[in-house]
Amino acid sequence: MELTRSYRNLIRTELVVPLVLLVIGIYGGLMQVLFRAGVLHYDPLLKVLMSTIGNLFGIEALRNIDWQSSIMYYWGLTLHGVLNAIVLTTFFAIAFGNVVVPYFLKLPLNTRVGWLSAIIMLVGVALAAFAMFTGQASVLYTFYPPLKAHPTFYLGAALLIVGSWIGGANWIPLYRRWRREHPGEKVPLAVMGMLVTFIVWLIATLAVAVEVLFLLLPWSLGWTEGVDVPLARALFWFFGHPLVYFWLLPAYVMYYVMLPKVAGGKLFSDAAGRLVFVMFILFSIPVGAHHQFADPGIGTQWKLVHTFLTYAVALPSLITAFTVAASLEYAARQRGARGLFGWMFRLPYFDRERWVFGYWIAGLIIFIFGGISGIVNASYNLNLAVHNTSWVPGHFHLTVGSPVFLAILGMSLFLVAQLSGKEVRLKSLVVAVPYLWLIGVLIFSWGMMRGGLQGMPRRTYLGAGALNPDMQGTAFFRADWAPYADIAMVGGIIMFSAAVLYFVAFFATLVSRRVKEAQVELPVAEAYHDEPVRALNRLAPWIAAAVVLIVVSYTPVLYDVTRSSFKPAPAYLPEYNIPEKQLKESAE
Amino acid sequence: MERMERLTLGLGVAVMAIFFLAVLVLATGFGVDVPGCVTDVKPFERDTFFQRADGRYELHVIARMWSYQMPSVVLPAGAEVDVYLTAGDVLHGFHIDGTNLNLMAVPGTVTYGRVRFPKAGEYLIVCHEYCGIGHQQMMGVIRVVQQ
Repeated sequence: MELTRSYRNLIRTELVVPLVLLVIGIYGGLMQVLFRAGVLHYDPLLKVLMSTIGNLFGIEALRNIDWQSSIMYYWGLTLHGVLNAIVLTTFFAIAFGNVVVPYFLKLPLNTRVGWLSAIIMLVGVALAAFAMFTGQASVLYTFYPPLKAHPTFYLGAALLIVGSWIGGANWIPLYRRWRREHPGEKVPLAVMGMLVTFIVWLIATLAVAVEVLFLLLPWSLGWTEGVDVPLARALFWFFGHPLVYFWLLPAYVMYYVMLPKVAGGKLFSDAAGRLVFVMFILFSIPVGAHHQFADPGIGTQWKLVHTFLTYAVALPSLITAFTVAASLEYAARQRGARGLFGWMFRLPYFDRERWVFGYWIAGLIIFIFGGISGIVNASYNLNLAVHNTSWVPGHFHLTVGSPVFLAILGMSLFLVAQLSGKEVRLKSLVVAVPYLWLIGVLIFSWGMMRGGLQGMPRRTYLGAGALNPDMQGTAFFRADWAPYADIAMVGGIIMFSAAVLYFVAFFATLVSRRVKEAQVELPVAEAYHDEPVRALNRLAPWIAAAVVLIVVSYTPVLYDVTRSSFKPAPAYLPEYNIPEKQLKESAE
Repeated sequence: MERMERLTLGLGVAVMAIFFLAVLVLATGFGVDVPGCVTDVKPFERDTFFQRADGRYELHVIARMWSYQMPSVVLPAGAEVDVYLTAGDVLHGFHIDGTNLNLMAVPGTVTYGRVRFPKAGEYLIVCHEYCGIGHQQMMGVIRVVQQ
């Protein structure tokens, strides 16, 4: 594949910009565990950073901030969620598809459209970042109304989504051309995976685009008086659950197509991979109400339907667990492993030449716990025990926060080095990062999840609440939560250290001297079982079936939501307990 | 498909089916259920608490930034309470720790849940949905005494 300069710069921009922002997002994560445990109540670095930006650009809003510790906490929490879970993941999926699709189809990407998409996404991030960094969008990454952010936050989110649509749509002409030129052939599995990623993303983001463009943006600009909160929530969660598969699918592409090769073996079954991707088209979306079990306005029978469909979407991950393990076992036996479990010890965990293996295997080990805890969340009434407790972030740091995150870190470094013609630097650090992360995240998530079962809430600055020593002697002081917040803090510090080591190696590689020709060479595994299954070679019928499932599962939900909602809500700012409108009037 | 692959898929389906059955049994046999769709009660402005029958109470709560607007509640052990909840401004949570009552308070709607307090003690109500900068202080308490 010929690598034009424009193409190389496009991919590198899409990979490096979010990783630079991730430094701030990760720092925010560290601050949260410290604030939650009550160890820290002040974030000096944030203040210095913000004041400097304020002075440099003459931003009045940044000079007038009331530096209360709780403002700092929710500010950092918003940055952590948006930069890590939305910006990094979206940019990476588009960048990764921009590499995978042309690479496997052996067709050049249209870089003009690629740049158009990247620029729209970058402008979107800049707008949202302006709102967040100036403290005018402390609404967390779920931005539930009627807490209101600055309009640029919503506009930025909309542009990020539109840019990603253009990026994904840019793969379609390549796919169609390849189809024309290769009638009857199986589309490469990796390409199928990225197309499914885009399909899931496209359908899901339609709902959040409607929420942002028709409900939130006009309302935040003051054009509408109020917002229908239950409707906004239903639209958000229509998007919010498939979002997690959008995060996960690029990692699945790596697990199926690249991991077996790096391990020294073959993909156990090609058809299993295709079945898994098709199942994600079918079941990713009609399940969103399982995030709303505790919500009013949705009948219990529909919540049960969404539970059932969520259980169905657990199956592709169970199949993946089998296929990946079988592929790894095959690889290890090729390397001379014996016995029932011997293969587990014959894998290249610490091989410096195959360092990227660690980023996948560590993520997969963690994902076992992530998957199991996810089934608890999805289990209808069982969810009552964990809903909005710290169990939930404990869980998703074992999914998006580990397998997805580590796959993104590993692949970003892999691609940036290749596209820049550089050798990965500080390989000992690079090899250690995923395992250090594994230790950290297991400690962190255990603390969060165990505390959650005890009622410890998520997204809460506990150090100034139930763990505030001033509350001692009242019913509001929860000494029993303290050990869990402390354990989560220890884990969080280890995770932060792992991330710091990664950043050191990543940026050292980035600024190192160019030593070879820029190239892209991806590990590609052959399949051990490679029988074609015709039904799995076309996407259109599955998309049609998915649309039917979505209509069936979501029509009653939306009907219930509209008939239980009595009045729209006016806007509130996170700092004041009176509506924004009243606040403005009293200021005049 | 390989035999082992079929076995794994079959096991997966079986496990999920058992889980689904367990969820149904818990909901119907043990009465642990999630809140449904309330269409016959409009959002209210006044909180209240009263006894409906022996051991049966009704509580109306309005969640506001950053406290629960509700009367002080003292209950005898074993009491059963029907809770009606709305939000006066933004989203809030309402989780009575140590019970199965876990509700979202959503502006413009009313939600309902039933909770039993088998043992005496102080039950903490936790707001578990971010509701602005005072969120961490938003807690309430229900006192249950032995009679």
